[in-house]
Amino acid sequence: MDPYEAPDLYRVDEMLDDEERQIRDTVRSFVSEKVMPVIEHHFDAGTFPKELIPEIGELGLLGANLEGYGCAGVSSTAYGLMMQELERGDSGVRSFVSVQGSLVMYPIHTFGSDEQKEQWLPAMATGEKIGCFGLTEPDHGSDPSGMETRAVADGDEFVLNGTKRWITNGSISHVAIVWAKLDGQVRGFLVETDRPGFTARDIPGKWSLRASVTSELIMEDVRIPKSNLLPKSDGLKSALMCLNSARFGIAFGAVGAAQACFDEALRYAKARTQFDKPLAAFQLVQNKLVWMVNEITKGQLLALRLGRMKDAGTVKHYQISLAKRNNVWMALESARKARDILGASGVTYEYHCGRHMANLESVYTYEGTHDIHALIVGQQITGSAAFA
Amino acid sequence: MKVVVCCKRVPPTDARIKVASDGSGIDEEGVQFVLNPYDEFAVEEAVKLKEAGKAEEVIVVGVGPADTAAVLKNALAMGADRAVLVKDDAGYRDPLSIARALADAIGAEEGVGLVLCGRQSVDQQSLAVGPMLATIAGMGCVMDVVKVEVGDGTASVHREAEGRSEDIEVKLPAVLTAQRGLNEPRYAKLKEILKAKKKPFAEREFDFGEPRATIEKLSPPPERQAGKIVGDGPGAVPELVKLLRDEAKVL
Ligand SMILES: Cc1cc2nc3c(=O)[nH]c(=O)nc-3n(C[C@H](O)[C@H](O)[C@H](O)COP(=O)(O)OP(=O)(O)OC[C@H]3O[C@@H](n4cnc5c(N)ncnc54)[C@H](O)[C@@H]3O)c2cc1C
Ligand SMILES: Cc1cc2nc3c(=O)[nH]c(=O)nc-3n(C[C@H](O)[C@H](O)[C@H](O)COP(=O)(O)OP(=O)(O)OC[C@H]3O[C@@H](n4cnc5c(N)ncnc54)[C@H](O)[C@@H]3O)c2cc1C
Repeated sequence: MDPYEAPDLYRVDEMLDDEERQIRDTVRSFVSEKVMPVIEHHFDAGTFPKELIPEIGELGLLGANLEGYGCAGVSSTAYGLMMQELERGDSGVRSFVSVQGSLVMYPIHTFGSDEQKEQWLPAMATGEKIGCFGLTEPDHGSDPSGMETRAVADGDEFVLNGTKRWITNGSISHVAIVWAKLDGQVRGFLVETDRPGFTARDIPGKWSLRASVTSELIMEDVRIPKSNLLPKSDGLKSALMCLNSARFGIAFGAVGAAQACFDEALRYAKARTQFDKPLAAFQLVQNKLVWMVNEITKGQLLALRLGRMKDAGTVKHYQISLAKRNNVWMALESARKARDILGASGVTYEYHCGRHMANLESVYTYEGTHDIHALIVGQQITGSAAFA
Repeated sequence: MKVVVCCKRVPPTDARIKVASDGSGIDEEGVQFVLNPYDEFAVEEAVKLKEAGKAEEVIVVGVGPADTAAVLKNALAMGADRAVLVKDDAGYRDPLSIARALADAIGAEEGVGLVLCGRQSVDQQSLAVGPMLATIAGMGCVMDVVKVEVGDGTASVHREAEGRSEDIEVKLPAVLTAQRGLNEPRYAKLKEILKAKKKPFAEREFDFGEPRATIEKLSPPPERQAGKIVGDGPGAVPELVKLLRDEAKVL
């Protein structure tokens, strides 16, 4: 088993309660024992480790912060820490849990009818049923308000037409939450993936997030009963609420990826000798390691404060944006620095920093790109929207 | 019957351990302690006995500083019913004193049919607490068990020893120490972690008296010497043998 010790220079650990620590440590062990041994293979093969789903469900990681319906009901901070540990393993595994929990179970829990909740949530908490979240379209990414997917009422049914692209879990899902315009207003729909007219095709040739399924969803006259509309979904803001929940998890997740890279780089730098000295004894190498631990420490504190605000019910969307933006950026930079410190070894799958580096490029873009989050924070502090 | 499991907090085996500046023990700063892995086997076995209807209650007992509570809660989250913490702030406590404190706590419980311990703690590695505890409590003891079946007033256990394996029948109550291979400890489910908070958690005092043994000085193992390549191919063998005999003195 790969040894792993998360850097924690500021003893952020002491700011957690026993329960939060226990949840983190449980997921940390799970990742060490179950994810790490298989991840290299899956990343190389470009497959998602589906065999882990039942155990992820059994542990209670799916929709962990939701109440009832078989969900664990942990705090937001504990949910974040769980994401931190999952992403220490691989961003793809964390993405799976983010999508299932924050982008599928959360909207059903928040905008769904009682029947929809009963039908989907318990089976999703165990991982028996998988879901995906279809917002992005080929021609509408950062600006989903321009979406072209339409739902039209026809008797007891809605008829959906359109294409969603870059959809995590797409081809392994039983149901898709599809965001589409109904009479000009964005609403969320539950679309079972076995309905006639629905096709999911994986996007080939990804060099990032390889251990995650990313698909295109094509809907041609897909008919769903009217009861499949998420009744309380109300405009694009409902979709953005889901994204806020997922972005919150990413702010923590990125810390985990950065910690993994730091731990690997530090171990390597201590063990590897060049010019008769360990790499760790060179000023330039220390400067890189210090940069990493410095940014990780700030990222940990940012994430924890974000968690505490979310648990207190006071968190604002721009605070989530700031943390997602900062932490993913610092994780990506940390992965690059770790890769550098590992020299040629850093370009192989035997080490993890290269895989994290490649993954984090996707994380930098999805759930609101780095720059879109700058615009969200910018709008908050200046009062001027600069999107268009 | 009730089953007691003895639990200790230890540094993780892959932690970067430093000796404290005064040489009295390890530097605990920043060490994220875990439940001793062998104790985890013991907890798992106890919980399985409960699930199989062979035990009515699983009690976890730990001796150590206040943060031992965290590993006891871990055991609760794995399925134990309640926890007892014997507070002890001494950095090092000799095995006999620990065994006495455990025996005292176990003596306060009624109907204990089985006590499970890890075979050793991964930090102290004295392998002594289990058998000492059995002696003090007047119970039978089998060490290094890899299989346990509880019958009527007895347990059939299996152990692998050097060059043989043994099937042993032991009268209950008894102390068994758990060896790797006994089972595969479960992960605590998130829901169980939340539930564990509400399970009974008691603290006890124990008068340890004067320490029986103290650590005078703790040192890391000596740095390993760099290896030496003697030569290549069969031609190098005589030189290798000579060095192994005269220098390394292993032949
Ligand atoms: C692996 C992966 C998984 C994904 N999973 C999902 C999923 O499950 N569900 C889902 O709905 N989507 C998913 N996405 C899509 C993701 O959310 C989009 O890629 C993201 O929103 C960006 O959209 P885009 O790719 O169309 O880029 P664009 O919006 O075309 O942006 C391209 C560049 O232009 C910049 N830009 C855009 N607008 C502005 C502006 N106004 N001012 C300045 N710069 C701007 C961006 O910052 C970016 O740098 C996934 C993406 C990836 C890579
Ligand atoms: C795809 C690939 C193809 C290659 N092809 C060839 C080839 O055809 N022929 C060949 O001979 N080699 C080849 N190489 C090897 C390449 O030249 C080495 O990887 C490179 O010289 C770095 O050595 P290293 O990997 O051992 O890293 P290291 O030397 O161990 O360096 C690791 C890190 O420590 C830093 N570092 C090292 N010394 C110091 C110092 N004194 N002060 C501060 N920082 C320091 C480095 O900058 C780096 O960040 C190849 C490598 C790759 C990845």
